[in-house]
Amino acid sequence: MIEDDPEKVGRSDVMGGDKEKHWLVRPETVRWLWRGGLVMLASLVLADLFVHAHPYFKIDGTFGFYSWYGLLVCAAMVIFAKALGIFLKRKDTYYDDE
Amino acid sequence: MTMSDFPPGLVLILGAFLLPVVARNIRSMLILGLPLLTLGLIWSVPDGSFAILPFLDYQLVFVRSDLLSRLFATVFSIMTFAGGLYALKQKRLLELVAVYVYAGSAVGVVFAGDMISLFIFWEIMALASTVVLLSADGSFSYRVSMRYFLVHALGGVLLMVGILAHIHESGSTAFTAMQPDSFGTILILAGFLINAAAPPLSAWLSDAYPEASYTGTVFLSAFTTKAAVYALLRGFPGAEILIFIGIFMIFYGIIYALLENDMRRILAYSIVNQVGFMVTGIGIGTEMAQNGVAAHAFTHIIYKALLLMSAGSVLYMTGKRKCTDLGGLFQSMPITTACGIIGALSISSFPLTSGFISKSMISQSAADESLIIVWFMLLAASAGVFLHAGIKFPWFVFFQKDSGLRPPDPPWNMKLAMILFAGLCIGLGIWPEYLYNLLPHPVAYEPYTVPHVVNMLQLLMFSGFAFFLLLPLMRRTLTISLDFDWLYRRVLPKALHRVFSLIWTTDRNLRQGFTVRLDRGLAFLSRRHEGVSGLLSRTYPVGSMVMWVSVILAAYLFLSFITH
Repeated sequence: MIEDDPEKVGRSDVMGGDKEKHWLVRPETVRWLWRGGLVMLASLVLADLFVHAHPYFKIDGTFGFYSWYGLLVCAAMVIFAKALGIFLKRKDTYYDDE
Repeated sequence: MTMSDFPPGLVLILGAFLLPVVARNIRSMLILGLPLLTLGLIWSVPDGSFAILPFLDYQLVFVRSDLLSRLFATVFSIMTFAGGLYALKQKRLLELVAVYVYAGSAVGVVFAGDMISLFIFWEIMALASTVVLLSADGSFSYRVSMRYFLVHALGGVLLMVGILAHIHESGSTAFTAMQPDSFGTILILAGFLINAAAPPLSAWLSDAYPEASYTGTVFLSAFTTKAAVYALLRGFPGAEILIFIGIFMIFYGIIYALLENDMRRILAYSIVNQVGFMVTGIGIGTEMAQNGVAAHAFTHIIYKALLLMSAGSVLYMTGKRKCTDLGGLFQSMPITTACGIIGALSISSFPLTSGFISKSMISQSAADESLIIVWFMLLAASAGVFLHAGIKFPWFVFFQKDSGLRPPDPPWNMKLAMILFAGLCIGLGIWPEYLYNLLPHPVAYEPYTVPHVVNMLQLLMFSGFAFFLLLPLMRRTLTISLDFDWLYRRVLPKALHRVFSLIWTTDRNLRQGFTVRLDRGLAFLSRRHEGVSGLLSRTYPVGSMVMWVSVILAAYLFLSFITH
């Protein structure tokens, strides 16, 4: 493993100024990515108007089901994990004294 | 003896021991050539049983060739080839030897036609994978590999006792479909499940795999759990308990991966999650489900290895493994980033990737069987996979904040291995029929219908939306999460320590008390009877001693008379 080899791990010394940043992480690009993303999400929901699925059960054939289900279960899992973390998280040096 | 009588796994197992003794360029040729030779051998064996050896009253069938064993052996040898390419510059020869023995024994497991030869290869696999862990040069590798070995030794004992009991019950060593309804079969199932990282001993996987070297983890991710999936698929299709176990594994993997900071431990938890999908499918057990499980094992090996190759490249180039230390690497590692993203999209079963055409068969089989709750849980899990592996891994490693690290992409062989597997992920996603033709049952499934693609995109995109909305809740912290291994790393040692110190103090107190009392008693006796006329210093005439001796002898004589 190569650690802190200056040849391999070049550090960018100039961090200031948006012009120095990679185009993908400039605030204006990020803003456009959010806009594009929201438009895509909206059009995906609207696609339900045109796509006639053959639902396996009843609810999965209703309008926007996959969209809200995906959003909701993910939010639930993140919050559940966060809550569980209160009890389970330890410093990552926890087992170091073994 | 024909070609078919040579177990394909032996090519890798025997070839492994040539690696350290040959010159460097021949070694490279062997590393790449042995898996290809194995692959050729696998496809040259016709259906049927070969390499049959008598053993005591039974027969060992080392080669049982059919669609299922050929499918798993094929993906194992493709994996060994790409992994070998990735590890071509690995200087630790011990690891290379162990890895090839490990891969060969995994091929041996899937070709084993009877329980005894299955067990032999199963145990070689456990030993070889322990050596892979042992050969990593981390300061923890010894303790980690011993913990790993103990869990697998336990699994091996359960499996062995189960096999012996099963042979005794059924009178047959054949490895065919069973139901977990007797002492023997229940233990066999438990032995298989331990290797599949099922609860309660699931923590061995996330404990051990991230501690192997940058190449070792890639191999480890492929064989042990997938050989267990094969064994479960062959041995226990339709065993209903597996549905519950599988669903638990799916969500356990997601939740722990969400909490994790170490990039390779995130991926290790996601192995448990993916194997959970397969275990659930085995529990459903219909032909569609079995096809789905076999296909998913095939695609999973490839995209999981790809993900771990990209993580391994980051580790190799930066020496860092924690999300808190990483970020912004896309700027200087474009190929690693692109391959990592393709792996991440595949594991999330994005349309046009391999995961899409395999995982959806398992969900479909749940719908076909009207398992409504299982279906909704699998759907939630698909969203959760995108959350914990599909976005979390690439986001925190390659994007998020700029860590300031600017490492270049890894050496050519590692790049080539990643590009090969990234190509396979997309190729299988676009042309699923090539994989479908290899599955154990005829496939009547069309993954690319407009509703299926649209619904999947809706599910995944909104999961992604949830990720970015809740990003503040997922800030990485320098933490680990307690898992089941906490019980045998902390609770049990502490409890044992308490019990033993209790025993030791009680024992010491008892002995001290006894010596003190004995001393006091002796002091009392000597005080009481000391002095010239005291009991202890009095003189006795010889005559009385002789008298007592003769009394004792007479008693002996009398006793010996009455006992005869």
